[in-house]
Amino acid sequence: MSANPAANRRQFRAYVNAREDGDILRFITCGSVDDGKSTLIGRLLYESRLVFQDQLAKVEADSRLHGTQGDNLDLALLLDGLQAEREQGITIDVAYRMFSTGRRKFIVADAPGHEQYTRNMATGASTADLAVVLIDARKGVLPQTCRHTTILSLLGVRRVIAAVNKMDLVDWSKDVFDGIVAAYGQFAQRLDVTDVACIPVSALTGDNVTRPSTAMDWYGGPTLLQALEFAEVASGRESASFRMPVQWVNRPSADFRGFAGTVASGLIRRGDPVMLCPSQKTSTVKRILGPDGDLDGARAGQAVTLTLADEVDVSRGDIIASAAEPPSLSDQFACHIVWMHEDPLLPNRPYLLKIGTRLAGAQITAIKHKLNVSTLEHTAGRNLALNDIAYCNIGLDRRIAFDPYRELRETGGFILIDRYTYETVGAGMIEFGLWRGDNLTLHQLAIDKPERAAQKNQRACVLWLTGLSGAGKSATANAVERRLHAMGRHSYTLDGDNLRHGLTRDLGFTDADRVENVRRIAEVAKLFVDAGMIVLVSVISPFRDERGMAREMMDEGEFIEIFVDCPIEVCEQRDPKGLYRKARAGQIKNFTGVDSAYEPPENPEIVLKTGERSVEEVADQVVDYLRSRTAHEPGK
Amino acid sequence: MASPLGLGHLDELEAESIYIMREVVAAFSKPVMLYSIGKDSSVLVRLAQKAFHPAPPPFPLLHVDTTWKFPEMYEFRERTARATGMELIVHINQEGLDQGVNPFTHGSALHTDVMKTQALKQALDKYGFDAAVAGARRDEEMSRAKERVFSLRTRTHRWDPRNQRPELWHLYNTHVRNGESMRVFPLSNWTELDVWSYIDREKIPVVPLYFAAPRPVVHRSGTLIMVADERMQLAPGEEPEMKRVRFRTLGCYPLSGAIESDADSVPAIIHEMLTATHSERQGRVIDHDGEGSMERKKQEGYF
Repeated sequence: MSANPAANRRQFRAYVNAREDGDILRFITCGSVDDGKSTLIGRLLYESRLVFQDQLAKVEADSRLHGTQGDNLDLALLLDGLQAEREQGITIDVAYRMFSTGRRKFIVADAPGHEQYTRNMATGASTADLAVVLIDARKGVLPQTCRHTTILSLLGVRRVIAAVNKMDLVDWSKDVFDGIVAAYGQFAQRLDVTDVACIPVSALTGDNVTRPSTAMDWYGGPTLLQALEFAEVASGRESASFRMPVQWVNRPSADFRGFAGTVASGLIRRGDPVMLCPSQKTSTVKRILGPDGDLDGARAGQAVTLTLADEVDVSRGDIIASAAEPPSLSDQFACHIVWMHEDPLLPNRPYLLKIGTRLAGAQITAIKHKLNVSTLEHTAGRNLALNDIAYCNIGLDRRIAFDPYRELRETGGFILIDRYTYETVGAGMIEFGLWRGDNLTLHQLAIDKPERAAQKNQRACVLWLTGLSGAGKSATANAVERRLHAMGRHSYTLDGDNLRHGLTRDLGFTDADRVENVRRIAEVAKLFVDAGMIVLVSVISPFRDERGMAREMMDEGEFIEIFVDCPIEVCEQRDPKGLYRKARAGQIKNFTGVDSAYEPPENPEIVLKTGERSVEEVADQVVDYLRSRTAHEPGK
Repeated sequence: MASPLGLGHLDELEAESIYIMREVVAAFSKPVMLYSIGKDSSVLVRLAQKAFHPAPPPFPLLHVDTTWKFPEMYEFRERTARATGMELIVHINQEGLDQGVNPFTHGSALHTDVMKTQALKQALDKYGFDAAVAGARRDEEMSRAKERVFSLRTRTHRWDPRNQRPELWHLYNTHVRNGESMRVFPLSNWTELDVWSYIDREKIPVVPLYFAAPRPVVHRSGTLIMVADERMQLAPGEEPEMKRVRFRTLGCYPLSGAIESDADSVPAIIHEMLTATHSERQGRVIDHDGEGSMERKKQEGYF
């Protein structure tokens, strides 16, 4: 191009337009520091002239400080973003970098390769159309290579370019390359990776990265950059059935009600019949508003606002779908889970789940098996640790519309959020819906809860006593129930210890079993509340999450959390069952307060200081609370 | 994710940014858009208009004013507010102003901390905004490459690089606890070139300072600083000279380096960029305050 834009205006305009017409390829690079991954990306940026003199000067200064290439420019330093990481010489988080050529724009997710960073790889792969897997020519296919490829396959990345790097260190040997191609192809065959290309490169010298290698004239394929420029990205989203998760309802005035969202798949035209999920009501599309006004149609990837011909109830989280090919509905799924948090995943612990624009409550109901991502072996597991991947069943608190992840990421991929810290703790891919959700319908009972409670002249509720062993939960429950009985109230006590002889006798005291223990007791308490009873629950229930779950299972105001707050020293001194002594002696494992955690309530309705006050006093305190609560209700 | 046939990369970036803004409005109770008057802000405002059409963008604009912007920036700010009809909140750190904090006597680091970082925190606290949408891009600076689209800030507005949530697919975790807030960057995946190409395509107005014109400048530690108003303190012997310059980024005028250029139109700027040899932030004085300086500023609450 001429240096003078005026002289070549038309040519320049054509060039700019071509750039704008080019699409985006999102790809992930996988490999470890030692594979030269950062150097490879550094070279792509460097040679596509996206590294500027001032950045280069910084890299030169940094190369002297932290570089690993002696006096040479360490291109990897272009990529290691955070200061702490630079000092440690490793990348520990996913970095995103952009570059473009005349053909298209590239967004590179650079995920670290260390074993403990499965989490980062899954994150980077989730948005990738393609992956570049680095293999060190001297080392060949390593367990790490297999691990990366398995994760790519699980996350639905079907296209892989295996860049066999450091060919300069194996004398540009075709035999070495061919051996690696065969070994890698053999492993990839066992997975859902359908399109594998192998390219021999040297990131250090640039051979076959951006320019064809003269040292490897035996290789006739494209350079890495060419392969990236020409890779197809169409994933069949356009030919799939129409889906649009509703993000936001746009109601600027009484006569406009639009449903804003991004088309996840397929095409939609004005007048098309649609089904609203999960309500399964139908309507037709009246208007399609695009970023620049009304459209006749819209396709996957476009952010639009739809209006419908009928007044139907649609809100955030619903899916507007093709009426002819609607998604399935279920509240139970088989799925793969990638666990991303230091705190383990516990079956039956309540989490929040986000899929599309829908938020729901969710629990892992069963861990079918854990997946060894290096060997593809299945192993048993009772919980999941950070970076574990497992095949699980998951249950939601409502029916949702979905597609299997392999068919559509947007309606089949989900994240799990901790209900207490709000951290993102896991990610999942739906394999298929389990039949249970579709075929189970709730039978409506003839008499409802208020009717049952009214007959007993009381308001049903749960008095949930939580606290350490020996804090006085059971004694307090007894004293409270005595008083209620004398007042003519109908109550019942669910005692954690007693229930372990029957309802929960198959459970131990691990964290996972404690979660299930509390879940079962909460379910039974719910039935008693339904029957109109005042239920006293006396169980250690050490975790906030499960007490929170129990609270959410009840209606507003029905759950009364009572913190039986007694210092552990006092509990231990009392030691009514001799359990602390045994726990200290190591004869009992997982004892709350000794070698298992107790998370005190943050906002309990009642706190009972049983270390300082007598059982009779605290029982009065509970009854007073119940009286004051119902005082303003006539007839109670 | 996969590129839809027929959508160019600007269309894809536009759709992604609109999606992000809609998530903010759907999930937060009191969002705000940070408005810096620069080209990225101009693009953000246009995207917001598109995202919520036919409704107006359902959040106000917030300009954290250091009082040291170029006069042309203030004019442009008022024009934009009028043209869009969006509510514009201007916040100045009154304490800093009273103490006379300025980039000359106090240096770029202290000035930026008091008048920008502290001022921003004041404004977010004062109005109780739980999400702030801003125009930062991952290509701007090395430490931004790992930044999330939805970036969590503590109650004291600090950014903890070791405690950022993984972002998978486009499933942004928008949950914040009481007092925490979110910074949201819809232009994360845009480059400087994308921004200018979009401005070109959409004919978006920008501050005239981006275009080359004769302007009075002085040479200071390797950059050209424009004498924008009478408050400019000249060193002994320093003599402003007229040069044909333009700005790649705009901020406080004493901290914004100009480049010599003939690019006086958007296409000319794009052409210049395609042949440029220096990065956009080169002209920013605050990036050069020491190793990892931007990262440190971010942890303290700067954008």
